[in-house]
Amino acid sequence: MAIGWYLVVSAIVFCIGAGGVLVRRDPLVILLCLELMLNGANLALVAFARMWGTESGQIFALIVMVVAACEVTVGLGLIVAIYRRRLPIDVDELSELHG
Amino acid sequence: MSAVFFFFAAIGAISGAIGVVTLRNPFYAVLSLAFHLVMLAALFLLLRAEFVAAAQVVVYAGAVMVLYVFVVAYVGGGESLPSGAVLRVLGPLFALALVIELCIAMLGSGLSGVKHHGAPYVLGFGTPQHIGTLFLTKYLFPFEAASILLLVAAIGAVVLARRRAGLEDTDEPEAPDEIQIRSAQPGYVGSMAEGAGVRPAPHDPSIDPHVEPVGGSAEVKRGGW
Repeated sequence: MAIGWYLVVSAIVFCIGAGGVLVRRDPLVILLCLELMLNGANLALVAFARMWGTESGQIFALIVMVVAACEVTVGLGLIVAIYRRRLPIDVDELSELHG
Repeated sequence: MSAVFFFFAAIGAISGAIGVVTLRNPFYAVLSLAFHLVMLAALFLLLRAEFVAAAQVVVYAGAVMVLYVFVVAYVGGGESLPSGAVLRVLGPLFALALVIELCIAMLGSGLSGVKHHGAPYVLGFGTPQHIGTLFLTKYLFPFEAASILLLVAAIGAVVLARRRAGLEDTDEPEAPDEIQIRSAQPGYVGSMAEGAGVRPAPHDPSIDPHVEPVGGSAEVKRGGW
């Protein structure tokens, strides 16, 4: 398959994630949609690595996976802390940093 | 054969992504994301990125998804609220416009490699040996920076989610004010806290809440005094 097809799939996955971040209100689902966006970018990076025949893009994709794992741990820790304080789990209600 | 495999994996990945956004129950959304990640690993295999595909399945579809499932089970994961009417219309429109724009930008970029199958395959491309050699020679600094980032994130998650004193009860911040009132005044001086019934004054049975509701017993006690 031509590389262009992979880039189209990555663009579609990225935009589904971006639309989900805009539409959903549950912070847990927003984190899932952020994962979708990161994975779309990962697919484009790996496709470009295949296009140029170098592994730098794959290294970049692995580092992106590390950053995504860090983001997930901190985000889920925040959600657990919000749940413990009996605050509403809704990004529209949690628009202030003040606890 | 590879075209059939590509379309199978691509349709699976896109349908999994749509499931993450549309499913109302967060638990099903997490399962849909796990399916999407496995299909994406198949696409990575087609692009000859064996190590990235293996790491995707083990780290993402394994470890990170388990974390998500645990948090959904802890928080409850009930039916989520629908978003506002404006965003529900504008969000998908924005996503559609972004897809069209990205496709135009990438396919019309004039890169000749986009229309071809990629560089000629070199034996060992994308194997763990090559990736490991690159990580320990050319990309040593990003590798070390990623390890420090993981350490910081682990400590941050523990600090954020640990069980703190006073975190359970949201009325706890008002407690220090009462302590200040009590310590600032002697016991027999009336205060606003006594007026609100928080702390009855000593040596005064008429304010004592245990005696006041029953009239007869209060009179007997007054007679005794």
